[in-house]
Amino acid sequence: MAARVITITSGKGGVGKTTIAANLSVALAMSGHRVVVIDADVGLRNLDMMLGLENRIVYDLVDVIEGRSRLRQALVHDKRLPELFLLPAAQTRDKSAVQPADMVRVCDELREQHDYIMIDSPAGIEQGFRYAIAPADEILIITNPEVAAVRDADRVVGLIEAEEKGPARLIINRINPDMVRRGEMLGIADVIELLAIDLIGTVPEEPDILVSANRGRPLAFSPDGCLAGQAFHNIARRLQGEDVPFLTLREQGMLGRLFSFVRAGGESS
Amino acid sequence: MRILDRLKSRRQKSSGEVAKERLRLVLAHDRADISPGLLGTLKDEIIDVISQHVDIDADGVQVTISQSTRQSRLVADIPLMAGRRHRKKA
Repeated sequence: MAARVITITSGKGGVGKTTIAANLSVALAMSGHRVVVIDADVGLRNLDMMLGLENRIVYDLVDVIEGRSRLRQALVHDKRLPELFLLPAAQTRDKSAVQPADMVRVCDELREQHDYIMIDSPAGIEQGFRYAIAPADEILIITNPEVAAVRDADRVVGLIEAEEKGPARLIINRINPDMVRRGEMLGIADVIELLAIDLIGTVPEEPDILVSANRGRPLAFSPDGCLAGQAFHNIARRLQGEDVPFLTLREQGMLGRLFSFVRAGGESS
Repeated sequence: MRILDRLKSRRQKSSGEVAKERLRLVLAHDRADISPGLLGTLKDEIIDVISQHVDIDADGVQVTISQSTRQSRLVADIPLMAGRRHRKKA
């Protein structure tokens, strides 16, 4: 059994990589897959907080690499889901503690026992990015409809092509349909046209995302009545090869339709 | 704030459109690794070389980077003096 290794990266920081890594991992585990999510942001670990697992960490990625812990000991089991594990980053070390070959070795060891290995890459295009993409079978590039994030995403697309990694697919996060409708935000089609890579999903900006981070319980746990939560599940299904139509606000259920009518005039950014 | 409003009303384009145009240009430059400065130098030198052989309208020359999917190309648009309908004596 060979797991798929999927790296989530962006170039720019703060676009939602960790949120998306947490939510996609939860969504995949909810559909019965065995998932390990690796926090590759050594020195600035946060995925543990997003998942509400920060008090359960004993060993971390660097302990494994440097032989202080066996891989299985370092995995933190999310008790809410039988098949979800976190491999935390070290907090008091830096990116120089990890080499690309280390990540390849760790992932190779995990591949046999799991279906998906999700890697939450650090921001930037330096060492942390290099080791995060080294073991990747697929790459998800996260961007926001915003000039700096799109420009940085384009750099990352170029670097991934140069390394012959990929295929890379795009997630556009933090879309504000109201602003798009008013012409004050880049739309989905604009971003796809500029970056010229395949889209795997879009996520609207929603206050619930911050609330879920506050609580350490990703939105994907309870996606009903929440567009962003549904968006994460849709992306997870597309990763599994399902042909899921793209969310437009219009295509929601009754509540969503009302919501879109009131808030976005039915226009899907 | 007032200055911002005035700027907004002067240009008709929405900020989303402006963002897209600016990105299109900057991504073309980033991908080709050609700075706006280098493009200016190329333009000047192209004008010099062509002018040695053909009479051109130097002010009308445009050298740009064009982008189709992820393929970049350098495009030089050079108006010829001979092709003008209303030819002015320099």
